[in-house]
Amino acid sequence: MIYVNGQPTDGGENPTIRDVLLRLDIDPATAGIAVAVDAEVTRRGEWPTLTVPDGARVEIVTATQGG
Amino acid sequence: MTAPLHIAGRELRSRLLLGTGGFARLATLGDAIEACECELVTVAMRRVDPATQGSLLDVISERGVDVLPNTAGCFTARDAVLTAQLAREALGTDWVKLEVIGDERTLLPDAPELLVAAEQLVDDGFVVLPYTNDDPVLARRLQDVGCAAVMPLGSPIGSGMGIANPANITLIVQAAGVPVILDAGVGTASDAALAMELGCDAVLCASAISRAADPVAMAHAIRLAVEAGVLARGAGRIARRTHARASSPLQGVAEFAE
Repeated sequence: MIYVNGQPTDGGENPTIRDVLLRLDIDPATAGIAVAVDAEVTRRGEWPTLTVPDGARVEIVTATQGG
Repeated sequence: MTAPLHIAGRELRSRLLLGTGGFARLATLGDAIEACECELVTVAMRRVDPATQGSLLDVISERGVDVLPNTAGCFTARDAVLTAQLAREALGTDWVKLEVIGDERTLLPDAPELLVAAEQLVDDGFVVLPYTNDDPVLARRLQDVGCAAVMPLGSPIGSGMGIANPANITLIVQAAGVPVILDAGVGTASDAALAMELGCDAVLCASAISRAADPVAMAHAIRLAVEAGVLARGAGRIARRTHARASSPLQGVAEFAE
């Protein structure tokens, strides 16, 4: 089990960040998104290979309206 | 036309920055961007909602302006630094409007956390524009750690109370070696004009425009107010006096028969 944006999520076996995004129907090529795993900011180029450990907290963010 | 503003080597023709928060409709935001002729608009970083992703950035890029991500919602230096780093990855900019808030009721900056975050982000290569209190000493400290501008509040975020302490804003302007951007508290055009008359280099508005009854008209009004304030500052206002000083000559007044 991993926690994606606060929600318990079954990530499957040793999921990469790319796998997690696809599982949530987010195209990894989407512009304007970023991912942190356990409070470490990841690089887009790492998404196909960086695996998300069990119990990890994954934050997927994008720009929203704000002052 | 007023002189351009320079921040961290970048030239900005507009001295008005627009916050994108509070617009009820994205189409209105797009029209307001056009009406205020800004070049930078702030955005916040939040968890992805797959239903809405992309559209805000589309509206901004369609209008040909750049995003300035903020760290709104962060209460600690750690969270603000992480949020800035996420924004850099997501949006491809190393500029950040740094906000570290002390509490939800006032939304006032947490000065010690702000200073720590500013120093870390500068060291990490960011162009840091910190939202700060109207405190001349804190503004100086932020400049000393390498911030590219300082963004003192006029009054609390979204309050529309204008510039509560013009004397402190003046002190910040007098001491600053970096641009001063009046941030937060602007309620209407005259507040923006006053900021520029006090010597600020730019104004950032969000709620004053986005929550006005007619946001696009207010965007236009505040753009003109910023320009008017710059021109008035350059023109040199008259000194305030306690008593009247006639502008019509006192000699040659006609004396009428009883």
